[in-house]
Amino acid sequence: MDALTLSRLQFAVTCMFHFIFVPLTLGISIMVAWMETRYVISGDEMWLRMTKFWGKLFLINFALGVVTGITMEFQFGMNWAEYSRYVGDIFGAPLAIEATLAFFLESVFIGLWIFGWDKVSKRVHALSIWLVAIATNLSGLWILLANGWMQHPVGFVLRNNRAEMVDFMALITNPTGLIKFGHQILSGYTVAAFFVMGVSAWHLLRKNELDFFRRSFKQAALFGLISSLLVAFLGDVHAVNTANTQPAKFAAMESIWETQKGVGMNLLLLPDESRECNAVERLCVPKMVSILAFHNPDSEVKGLKDIPKELRPPVLPVFLSFRAMVGLGTYFILACLLAVIISHRKEPENCRLFLSILIFSIPLPYIANQLGWIVAEVGRQPWIVYGVLKTADAASKNVSAAQVAISLAGFTLLYSGLGVIDIYLLSKFARKGPEHELSGFIKNEGRN
Amino acid sequence: MELQIIWFVLWGVLWGIYFMLDGFVLGTGFMSVFLAENGTEKRVLINTVGPVWDGNEVWLVTAGGVTFAAFPTTYALMFSNLYTALLLLLFALIVRGVAFEFRGKLDSAAWKSGWDKAITISSFLPALLFGVAFGNIFKGIPMRNDFVTANFAYDGSLLTLLNPYGLLTGVLFVLLFAVHGTLYAAIKTTGGLSVRAAVMANKLWLPLLVVAVAFLAYSYPATRLYDNYLKSPLLAVIPVIAVAALLLQRFFSAAGKLHWAFASSCLTIVFVCFTGVTGLFPNLIPSSLDPASNLTIYNSSSSPYTLKIMAVVAFIFVPIVIAYKIWVYRIFRAPVTSQDVLQDPEAY
Ligand code: HDD
Ligand code: HEM
Ligand code: HEM
Repeated sequence: MDALTLSRLQFAVTCMFHFIFVPLTLGISIMVAWMETRYVISGDEMWLRMTKFWGKLFLINFALGVVTGITMEFQFGMNWAEYSRYVGDIFGAPLAIEATLAFFLESVFIGLWIFGWDKVSKRVHALSIWLVAIATNLSGLWILLANGWMQHPVGFVLRNNRAEMVDFMALITNPTGLIKFGHQILSGYTVAAFFVMGVSAWHLLRKNELDFFRRSFKQAALFGLISSLLVAFLGDVHAVNTANTQPAKFAAMESIWETQKGVGMNLLLLPDESRECNAVERLCVPKMVSILAFHNPDSEVKGLKDIPKELRPPVLPVFLSFRAMVGLGTYFILACLLAVIISHRKEPENCRLFLSILIFSIPLPYIANQLGWIVAEVGRQPWIVYGVLKTADAASKNVSAAQVAISLAGFTLLYSGLGVIDIYLLSKFARKGPEHELSGFIKNEGRN
Repeated sequence: MELQIIWFVLWGVLWGIYFMLDGFVLGTGFMSVFLAENGTEKRVLINTVGPVWDGNEVWLVTAGGVTFAAFPTTYALMFSNLYTALLLLLFALIVRGVAFEFRGKLDSAAWKSGWDKAITISSFLPALLFGVAFGNIFKGIPMRNDFVTANFAYDGSLLTLLNPYGLLTGVLFVLLFAVHGTLYAAIKTTGGLSVRAAVMANKLWLPLLVVAVAFLAYSYPATRLYDNYLKSPLLAVIPVIAVAALLLQRFFSAAGKLHWAFASSCLTIVFVCFTGVTGLFPNLIPSSLDPASNLTIYNSSSSPYTLKIMAVVAFIFVPIVIAYKIWVYRIFRAPVTSQDVLQDPEAY
């Protein structure tokens, strides 16, 4: 394999790995901040125990989010030097701003939160986890504005052998970036909600700490319902935006070959790329694709055949990932709705079947996240910056295939090891359940 | 002042602050093998850096981000030309981060000693690699750049970096961070551990001085760092402050004023970094093959528009960051004792 292919593979592996940890961080930091706030307001120690238990799981996850993020930052220069030189004038800015605005805030206050239990007042302690939660979400904003620019470049001119920024406001109000941000943080909240529901379900089935886990379950179910509804809503906004800005990606998402008006959606469909048509088309919902694309049943949708072959993304992975993501998204709404209903019963632990399903649902929102990124990134191919720079012209020329092969092997080994340890620790502490005695704050009761 | 010059200064300041802050985390990390006599003392040492290591590492992320935003061509070529060295650095930083977080999570001696070894190696390696990388940047790396056609070629490898001057700078960084880290350990712990750390810092001081002098001397034939100082002799205050701070540090630690000794060590590191960066100006990375291939602040910078936007962001937010960082450092100013770590289950 050549250096380009290996670099693409490495970017995909390291990014997807980073993105196992990020979504949980985005959501669970907010849930923990909420729990601690309830404790500060009510003084009810159950909330404090919830803060500590879910907080510990948050930290185990957070550590890997941090360390795998540094790889991302370095890789643009290491593997994508041509890209970095060509678009750094624009793309570098959000990354630098992300570090100054978000990463500092997050890393400094996470330290205060972990080690500051008996060093600051309860209010300041709760404030510090809020700052962490805000900062993680803020970091998402800047990185998604960066990614949004790659998907839909705005506010630049081509000059001096590169793309130069001429309008910063256009960059930070880029609808593609903002929609992505909204959809992304909400999908992170969905991950966190299913995580908390699943772990709570495990304990409820064993009748451990019933009050504790009923309360956690109730919070998570509501949080999950709101976020999964909004994820789907913003997903729809996102799809309209994609249809307008990246017709080739949209055609691949829906596997549409001919340009037509009033396109229907086949519930059963299998693309056949070599013959440029669909091998299977069944159960058509009339005009559905046109409605999704432009919110107008008679609108015209561009087909792949009207896009030159070399400018089409791979259809099958984009199509399948999109279908699966939307299917999962629908399931999440139903599951959360049921969970909210059950959590209002007196004894939710008696709905054993549903609770078991929830345990096995923990990985699903993670998978939906990864699929979403496959739609976004593979669907953008062959462009790295849509319409501006091809992926094939973006890799470092001064890095050899051997070097990338070694680094890819290194990352794969190191990351697999860390992944195994992380899952082991998470499941160990999740099963162990909350601590009985409370440290920290107790000593600190006098202060406020 | 020209925007490029403002950004050059900021670039130097960011690296300086990063080395000053992560320097003591790295130093405490690899010196803990020599300082701690038992598991509890190890934990104490790890907990002295626990609340701050992540915040310190972010200065590196920011230095990288700022290089990307302000000098994209330098970012692109620096990171790709030094590919293998940076890869090793990344692996070390990844391992160090998870080691801090995971070490205390299981009650098993093998688990802990495994992560302890990981901390030692993953703290030592970055110190050495940063030194070797910066030594080579001072010296110039074998690259041939054509800015008109945007053609860039590098003919070197990890082995090219391991030249005597690069290695000497590597040793200099290791010793700087070792002294810095042990002084930090001395002021942030109590009892025997603190005393041992202070003694160790004293012992390492002479080797550090010798290597620093050797570095300054060797820089004359090996690099062009002195050109700027010969042109504007006033600039010589920068290396003079670096050397003075190094001497003061010895004076303070002999007088038992460890906080002052640590402050001097901070000053030493920042001014060693400034000494090199000032010597580079207006280059960011010189080419060892041909001066026309040097990456300068002019031929590798972003457009004036981007530099301006980024300057506004930096001048508003960096002071805010510094303010809340100082506030948090003050909250954790008390030394960490063995009781602290034994009682506190949240500690690392
Ligand atoms: C829990 C995760 C999750 C769930 C349930 C959904 N998504 Fe999603 N989706 C993501 C997680 C995600 C993501 C990982 O967050 C992506 C990848 C890139 C991005 O910005 O967000 C994404 C991207 C993404 C894109 C962008 C493709 C592009 O780049 O142009 C579209 C059109 C949708 N989604 C649409 C939907 C719809 C209609 C859903 C219906 C329920 C849906 N998503 C559920
Ligand atoms: C928001 C930040 C992101 C940026 C700036 C970004 C940028 C990039 C770049 C530079 C590449 C390499 C070139 C290419 O092959 O297109 C790439 C590819 C890829 N990225 Fe992203 N990415 C981001 C987020 C993600 C996330 C979070 C994931 C997964 C969870 C992801 C999944 C992928 C995949 C699967 C590829 C390979 C696509 C292919 O080569 O066919 N990306 N992205
Ligand atoms: C490919 C592009 C990406 C880059 C260059 C990148 C960069 C980084 C870096 C350097 C860190 C470590 C920060 C630290 O040391 O504290 C990090 C962690 C993190 N990133 Fe990413 N990231 C990318 C993708 C994303 C995306 C798409 C999101 C969110 C939507 C995101 C959100 C986060 C979060 C929440 C963390 C966890 C902890 C932390 O920030 O410290 N990242 N990322």
